[in-house]
Amino acid sequence: MPESYVPIFVFLVVNVAVAVLIIALSTYLVKRKPTAQKLMPYECGMDPFGTARKRFSVKFFVVAMLFIIFDIEAVFLYPWAVVFKDLKLFGLIEMVVFIAVLLLGLFYAWKKGALEWQ
Amino acid sequence: MELLTYLALMGLKSIAVLGFLLFAASYLVLGERKLLARFQVRYGPNRAGPWGLLQPIADMIKLLAKEDIVPQGADRKLFLLAPALVATTALLSFGAVPWGPELVLGGRKIEGAVADVQVGLLYIFAMSSLSVYGIALGGWASNSKYSLLGAVRGAAQMISYEISLGLSLAPIVMLSGSFSLREIVEAQEKVPFGLIQPVSLFLFLTSALAEIKRIPFDLPEAENELVAGYHTEYSGMRFGLFFLGEYVNIIVLGGVVANMFLGGWKGPLLPPLLWFVIKVLAVAFFLIWVRATLPRLRYDQLMHLGWKLLLPLSVLNVILTGAVLAAWPKS
Repeated sequence: MPESYVPIFVFLVVNVAVAVLIIALSTYLVKRKPTAQKLMPYECGMDPFGTARKRFSVKFFVVAMLFIIFDIEAVFLYPWAVVFKDLKLFGLIEMVVFIAVLLLGLFYAWKKGALEWQ
Repeated sequence: MELLTYLALMGLKSIAVLGFLLFAASYLVLGERKLLARFQVRYGPNRAGPWGLLQPIADMIKLLAKEDIVPQGADRKLFLLAPALVATTALLSFGAVPWGPELVLGGRKIEGAVADVQVGLLYIFAMSSLSVYGIALGGWASNSKYSLLGAVRGAAQMISYEISLGLSLAPIVMLSGSFSLREIVEAQEKVPFGLIQPVSLFLFLTSALAEIKRIPFDLPEAENELVAGYHTEYSGMRFGLFFLGEYVNIIVLGGVVANMFLGGWKGPLLPPLLWFVIKVLAVAFFLIWVRATLPRLRYDQLMHLGWKLLLPLSVLNVILTGAVLAAWPKS
């Protein structure tokens, strides 16, 4: 039922309006006196050195990839969960097979050390 | 004409809900500070008004009047967008949380929710996933090392726990056969799902704590190593929006737990709305209690907990629930 989303849309418009209002209010209410020291990124009192957009550990990338795999699993699980009471045993066995394949993948990533953080 | 009145009514309702949310979030901040103080044998805020009741208003004025600074080298557009994204997605996710039964007022049906969405649960998940963008963008755009580290940690943590968050609720969907929070509440007429599915409740609460980045999972903003994490460089009302999003998330989480596990607005004697508020406050109190009690996890412990314990456990829970439901279809 697409029309049940109309209130959500109205809520969205109201929310965005309030967010814009708050930011605009703070932008126009406040006096600004920017100085070089004020605008410096915070680094515990020292002048910042090097770039702030450094390379970070590749581990985070692995996590992101694992996330995609298991999030897809969750996406497949949801519609199954809704109609589970009609599918009964057949549905259960199918899903157990599907999940077993994915868990095998998790186990593989685990043994490969993709989940280890030093 | 009919459409216009409908839209106007919806607008009024949205404004009322939004006002309530902002009010509740700012007083939740005060409540948390008071409770934490009591847990630590202090008084907490007690200067602004009786029992510090005007503290949220004082805080708001202060935040609005602060000079807000965009640091040198920041990606200005993203820097300005990020806090609004966090606050809006948090507020929007309340849109699918029902707080009471339908009322009939003057021949019009008034739903006890902003919108009675058929796939309310999916909608809430979608909104909570979107808030990852706010954090990742805000931290990256700040041009500060602490912010970047906080943002990367935050994004990795949130996506890791999102999986067990989603899977932990699958048994509830299997039991009720619906994604609509209203129908899930209706399905708990006899027994609240919290009693049938305590494992699911535990999994959901743990993953949700990580998802909204509260102690013991507040590594993205761990103040003794990362200053303030992804919002280090934010000041004034922009910081206020991050803060607001955090506390609105607590209310949304309270609403979701109340509807999914505690039987929603249903209860004896008291009116439905009051029951809902009591249940939400009980969840909020639990979160504050956890914050006062537990220390912060280390990052490897956090990732191990999410991937090696919560994820397999939630999958197991889904399969076990399925097996029980397949064996005794009537229960």
